[in-house]
Amino acid sequence: MLSLWRKIRRTGRVAEPAPPPPEGARPEQAAVLGGSVQLRHVDAGSCNGCEVEIGSAFGPVHDGERYGARLVASPRHADALLVTGVVTRNMAEPLRRTFDSVPAPKLVVAVGDCARNCGVFAGAYGVAGAVRDVVPVDVEIPGCPPRPEAIVEGLRKLTGR
Amino acid sequence: MNLAATGMAAAVAIGLVTALLAVVRARPAVVGAGTALTGAAAMAAGAAALSGGSFSLVLPGVLPLSGVALALDPLGGLFVAVTGGVAVAAGIYSMSYVDNPDLRARGVQVALPVFVVAMVLVPAAANVGTLLVCWELMALASLVLVVAEHRRGPEVASAGRWYAVMTHAGFVSVLIGLMVFAAHAQGDSFAALRAAGRQLSPVVAGVVFVMTLAGFASKAGIVPLHAWLPRAHPEAPSHVSALMSAAMVNLGVYGLVRIGVDLLGGGAAWWWLLVLGLGAVSAVYGILQAALSSDLKRLLGQSTTENMGLVLVGVGAAGLFASSGDHALAALSLTAALLHVVGHAAFKTLLFLAAGSVLHATGSRDLDLLGGLRPVMPVTTAAFGLGALAASALPPGTAFVSEWLLLQALIHGLPAGGVGAAIAMPVAVAAVALTAGLAVATFVKAFGVGFLARPRSEAVAGAHESPFTMLAGMGVAALACAVVALWPAAILPAVGAAAGGSAVSGAVTLRLNQVTGALSPLLLTLGLVVAAVVVAGVVRAVAVRRVRREARLWDCGGGPMSARMEYTATSFAEPLQRVFDDVVQPELDVDVSHHQESRYLVQAVEYRRKVPDRVERRLYQPVLNLVTAWGRAGRGLAPGSVHRYLGYGFYAVCGVLILLAVTR
Repeated sequence: MLSLWRKIRRTGRVAEPAPPPPEGARPEQAAVLGGSVQLRHVDAGSCNGCEVEIGSAFGPVHDGERYGARLVASPRHADALLVTGVVTRNMAEPLRRTFDSVPAPKLVVAVGDCARNCGVFAGAYGVAGAVRDVVPVDVEIPGCPPRPEAIVEGLRKLTGR
Repeated sequence: MNLAATGMAAAVAIGLVTALLAVVRARPAVVGAGTALTGAAAMAAGAAALSGGSFSLVLPGVLPLSGVALALDPLGGLFVAVTGGVAVAAGIYSMSYVDNPDLRARGVQVALPVFVVAMVLVPAAANVGTLLVCWELMALASLVLVVAEHRRGPEVASAGRWYAVMTHAGFVSVLIGLMVFAAHAQGDSFAALRAAGRQLSPVVAGVVFVMTLAGFASKAGIVPLHAWLPRAHPEAPSHVSALMSAAMVNLGVYGLVRIGVDLLGGGAAWWWLLVLGLGAVSAVYGILQAALSSDLKRLLGQSTTENMGLVLVGVGAAGLFASSGDHALAALSLTAALLHVVGHAAFKTLLFLAAGSVLHATGSRDLDLLGGLRPVMPVTTAAFGLGALAASALPPGTAFVSEWLLLQALIHGLPAGGVGAAIAMPVAVAAVALTAGLAVATFVKAFGVGFLARPRSEAVAGAHESPFTMLAGMGVAALACAVVALWPAAILPAVGAAAGGSAVSGAVTLRLNQVTGALSPLLLTLGLVVAAVVVAGVVRAVAVRRVRREARLWDCGGGPMSARMEYTATSFAEPLQRVFDDVVQPELDVDVSHHQESRYLVQAVEYRRKVPDRVERRLYQPVLNLVTAWGRAGRGLAPGSVHRYLGYGFYAVCGVLILLAVTR
């Protein structure tokens, strides 16, 4: 326990200085959330590249949580879904059910090119479509995979901080 | 003749008449009603004895040599009343529970009332001969009942063998102890023993106490003499399980208190430290085994070991306080122990009867195959829930009252007594507390996995509620549970009288009044109910203002949940098993079978976990091996030749003659 405290004290703060707030329109529903957005991540058929970047976006360096975004373990606790990857046939129904399980008002963030427009998997066997074809999407974060800075910027559009 | 004598006479008469009727024609309704009436008469007799109407009766001609002597004092009256109460519930229950040919058999039907009569007579026996005869009658009648369903499988016969051997070994031990005692007392009536008990030399008294303790502890299912209990109690028919587990084991405690406290007059501190230690070990070990068990009735049997352990902790503490001169605390401790006997009888009857209903309806007592009984068996589920709460030592429960009293006695005992007490008391407090915690886990498991959630097998899906008389039997036991839990003041004076009569104390009432005043379980329960209502009301008031939205149960989006996704008894107990890994030493077996084409492809994985009884394995297996080896060696002496056998006879007679010639 003490060694943990020592480690924390020695390492200090490693987070990058906060970039200026993002430009662009903020979804209407996001205003109701008051700057605190709980996110449930759904892997709808991703290659896991986006997952690595999401992990990094919530790590100590980019620290998405300081802007009010937080990952939670159940859609019942969430305000928004963070969907990665093309929607495969097997995941189309679970994605719809997950969307239904989120209490309103709710938002969907499509992370990565695959989620936006199927990316390199467009037209492949077993692909049901982009996220937009299954559930309504409010914010899109481009990139293959998107950089953590881009993910944080997209999430700041929701939190408004 | 006063009420106690009339009640006893009525109990014995009704029981024997019922047995005779069963000999003529075995009808479960008649036998059940007769057993219940026997129990009611015994309850009346016990209650009369507890309120001061004792009696004694000597019938010299009935038994050769010793004659029959009966007497009922408050201590015996308590056990008679408890036995009677259990018999009432079990008798009513058995009227419709007995519906298969094995249980309708004449011998089994006759044994039931005989068993109850024998159990009622044991605490009323007033000399060694009567006690031993009734004790043996009780053992034989219960043995017949245990093996009643022997056609069901070999495990019933095995349970019967274990029970027969261990109960008779216990009987021999009690017999030796009492024979030594009677020889030194120059008489076998309890009055003579009581007069001589104070003057015995410490060595003789110690031998008598240890021999009788071994016998009585094995009847009470105390570790390490408990091996028969988790075998025989589950295999017996459920109303018999209730009688054995709630009434018969108590008589072990009765014997211990009668011989140790009453007849031997207290004795040395080490006796009671031994009792306390055995009790503490039994309590913790019994409930640990129960927590890991997935057989509903076996779990209840192991919980009996735990509860008898707690009673022995109370009795041991009482003896310890009495030997150091603190009679008020001794009486309080003994009262707690006897109250626990009463409470345990009430909730264990209820639990075994409810488990019997489940077995009756589903044909299974494996918790991993049950579940989902609440919609199909609502009354039984409610009864088991009440019993589980009663057994859990939580505030509105039956066991809470007596365990709380016991803890009070142990904690107040810290400053009393010498070095032995100073070491034993904190350990006993810790053991009681650990037992209480594990008991909660055990009964949450038994109730939650066994009755709630969804059915885990086809048998459960086709279950049905039990017939009326079975529900009525459970109702009687549930009522007793509720009375002990909510209004212990109603029976505390009686229990205090039973304890005070044997522990010899004037301060009991005063002490008890303080304690009951401080405890007041009824107010506690009212407070809990009010708090629950308030919380529910506030939640409702807040929820009403919001719009409700119907939503699908969150199942990870993966489709309907199946019964295989539920917690099982095994998985619920798994964390506990890990914590106590070094104590229970479970055996794990993982078998992986591969495809024939490639050993990289797994066809099936089989996982087996067994929690063997470690005490049993270490202690009994070597003895069994030794006996087997003797048997094999003995076979060489009997090759089947008549000449050799005649020779044995000849040489034996010669040997005896030579011995006589030398010694005379």
